[in-house]
Amino acid sequence: MAFILSEEQAEFRDTLRRFFSETTPSDDVRRLMDTAEGYDASVWSTMAEELGLQGVPFDERHGGQGFGLDELCIVAGELGRALVPCPYFASVVLAGGVLKHVASEAQREALLPRIASGAVATLALVEPGQGRWDATSIRMETPPEADDGRLTGIKDVVLDGTTAEIILVVTRSPGSRGWEGLSVHWLEAPIEGMQPKALQPMDATRKLARLHFNGARSQVLGQPGEAGPALQVALDEALVALCAEMVGGMEFVHESAVDYARSRHQFGRPIGSFQAIKHKCADVQIDLEGARAAICAARDAAGSDEFPLLASIAKAHCSDAYYRATQENVQIHGGVGFTWEYDAHLYLRRAKSSQQLLGDADQHRERIARTLEAHA
Amino acid sequence: MQRSDTPEQAEFRTEVREWLEAHAEPRKGEGDWSNGPREHTPEAEAAYFERCREWQRTRFDGGFACITWPEKYGGRGGTPVQEIIYGQEEAHFDVTAGFLPASISLVGPALMRHGSVEQCKRYLRPLMRGEETWCQLFSEPDAGSDLAAVRTRAERDGDEFVVNGQKLWTTSAQHCDYGILLARTNAEAPKHAGITFLLVDMKIPGIEVRPLITMKGDRHFNEVFFTDVRVDVANVCGEIDRGWAVAKTTLANESMMIGTGTQTQGTTASLVQYAMDHGRWEDPLVRQRVAEAYVQERLLGFLRDRLQEAVLEGRMPDVDGSVMKILWSESRTLRAEVGLDIQGTDGLLAGDDAFDHAYWQQLVLDRSMGSVGGGTLEVHRNGIGERVLGLAREPRADRDVAFRDLKTSTEG
Ligand SMILES: Cc1cc2nc3c(=O)[nH]c(=O)nc-3n(C[C@H](O)[C@H](O)[C@H](O)COP(=O)(O)OP(=O)(O)OC[C@H]3O[C@@H](n4cnc5c(N)ncnc54)[C@H](O)[C@@H]3O)c2cc1C
Repeated sequence: MAFILSEEQAEFRDTLRRFFSETTPSDDVRRLMDTAEGYDASVWSTMAEELGLQGVPFDERHGGQGFGLDELCIVAGELGRALVPCPYFASVVLAGGVLKHVASEAQREALLPRIASGAVATLALVEPGQGRWDATSIRMETPPEADDGRLTGIKDVVLDGTTAEIILVVTRSPGSRGWEGLSVHWLEAPIEGMQPKALQPMDATRKLARLHFNGARSQVLGQPGEAGPALQVALDEALVALCAEMVGGMEFVHESAVDYARSRHQFGRPIGSFQAIKHKCADVQIDLEGARAAICAARDAAGSDEFPLLASIAKAHCSDAYYRATQENVQIHGGVGFTWEYDAHLYLRRAKSSQQLLGDADQHRERIARTLEAHA
Repeated sequence: MQRSDTPEQAEFRTEVREWLEAHAEPRKGEGDWSNGPREHTPEAEAAYFERCREWQRTRFDGGFACITWPEKYGGRGGTPVQEIIYGQEEAHFDVTAGFLPASISLVGPALMRHGSVEQCKRYLRPLMRGEETWCQLFSEPDAGSDLAAVRTRAERDGDEFVVNGQKLWTTSAQHCDYGILLARTNAEAPKHAGITFLLVDMKIPGIEVRPLITMKGDRHFNEVFFTDVRVDVANVCGEIDRGWAVAKTTLANESMMIGTGTQTQGTTASLVQYAMDHGRWEDPLVRQRVAEAYVQERLLGFLRDRLQEAVLEGRMPDVDGSVMKILWSESRTLRAEVGLDIQGTDGLLAGDDAFDHAYWQQLVLDRSMGSVGGGTLEVHRNGIGERVLGLAREPRADRDVAFRDLKTSTEG
């Protein structure tokens, strides 16, 4: 994120950029993609212990650094830029965000310090056959109180679902709809009655799993049946962090395409002097400036009434913009862009997976339409 | 905007608001007079131009025209911050000075930066007050994007230049008192090095203005013919043969202004009500398109806010003028198309038979205003590629060649 960082924030970003380019160069990204757990445990613990990254958005009393969405976006942006395979988004952004907003103080005190020091956590929300990152996808029923929170059902495309030890599961009370009647449960894996199954992801830098629940015992976070509004706030903050991550990747592919357009020669001139190429680069630049501005606007509005709308605007735009940028990057590189060896496809895959994560552009445009309608 | 005003800014805002409330009506919507003339008759257009001119005078007399211009030239000697605050407040009112602010900010800086003391004394105040209006006599049949290819000749005869040639696309020339003219004074030099920037009285003999009717049906711009028009050498702005430097001063102001202009003319959010009124709001495709238009409009707004915020906080703006111009052009086109498509077959109608007196039809037909006027989208994309991203320019056939030896469209 290039827009107005304070001096400390810029320094923080530079430190992270150096750290990830040293610890997770492209070769390591590829190596980790092929492992089951999908991340480097020693880098992950350095991130927690030396840089304190997993604690960035949490209060100091919860073992965190007490920073806000701005700093979280800086971390996300650098992770997206270097395509670092690790459970940061699942653990800190999603699970951490949900805990912050939904859990009771005692639960936060118990769980957030663990996440801050590197325990892997995740959020299980989407269900098979629904395919949408929103409340309509949640069908799993909240078990009756007498039943020790025993969960039954299947959760799908759970980020880092096979490595997470803290798992948060969203359920709904029978008969409820939309964002009403939702509960968030917490359980510790491995646990009897819950079987994780690794899925093959199109974007192998983000590990996905299907979780089969067959009576696993859980505890409810906060008040049962009342998680909806707080969950929405957490997901909207996660949206903005995700957009920042996408913009990090977008900046990288844009720089890479422009560099190539400057140095690659055909017909005795740099290919960037051909307008078909130059205008692609210009269009990505326009998209990128819009994306940065959208994130800044959303970030600055955190906590206000307009925040959900601005988060959706950012996601609707970034989803399309990042994907376009990765496709143009492949195209500008010609044949070499199509090779397995070249990193362009890794970003293309990431852009595709990010489009769906937390809702695609159509879904967010529909949410924008609903917001506009409410004000018409 | 998120940031809140400093005490001085708040005070200025209150002053502006009170003044506007005393002198103008609040904006209501698609039917506001400030959206443009209702009828495309020369009389209605002239009346609209007069009304814009009147508002410019009111504004000047209130101390709110040319806010950032130095007091010694008759400006307010204010800050860009005040200019922005004024623009934000004026946007809530049914007023406009139309074409004038754009023309004033093309002509004024050129005069202040390159003009003589006498020229500044003579022209600036009436310019700012809208008493004398100015058109931009730059483009020609053979010189559009390639503006430095102008071939209108100005030949020296004693203390005068004799001008012959043709200008094209000159906005509002039929209403204007003066013009800034780019003319070729040396055809032996390479094309950028033989141009002179002249200040021309549109009433002098030999100038013929022929309105051109646009696809919208209005007389937005004109052809202007020059036949043995005599212009005093004292009316050269800058130096003879060095007019390109002056032209660049004017062009630098143009794209930023177009992108940041306060010509909001209604907002996309109003499309929702519009779709509801037409029974189309439940259509998911309509909802998608309205939302997309809304996203575009907000992105442009965020960038505009960033730019203004940078100014308000005394930083260098980090938003590029060409990016703004392209987003502005594309977002207003999208909004226009969605607005018209919502009407379905009713969108086939025009004039009094159409909704809102064909406001949406006219907006669709107005695309070139943003996509061609003030530099085409393609030329601005070249600018982003070259200026912002450092990509190589195209090989050129017109470097270091005497202007008279260059190929033109007619020679193929
Ligand atoms: C509403 C309106 C108001 C105007 N008002 C004024 C005015 O008041 N005064 C004035 O002097 N002029 C005015 N103009 C003229 C305007 O500046 C020119 O029309 C514009 O610069 C394009 O020039 P052209 O029309 O000759 O098109 P051309 O330059 O011939 O362009 C034709 C096509 O070729 C493309 N093209 C040209 N060069 C390149 C290139 N290097 N790379 C890629 N594509 C290229 C263009 O993008 C365009 O699509 C106005 C135009 C409009 C539409």
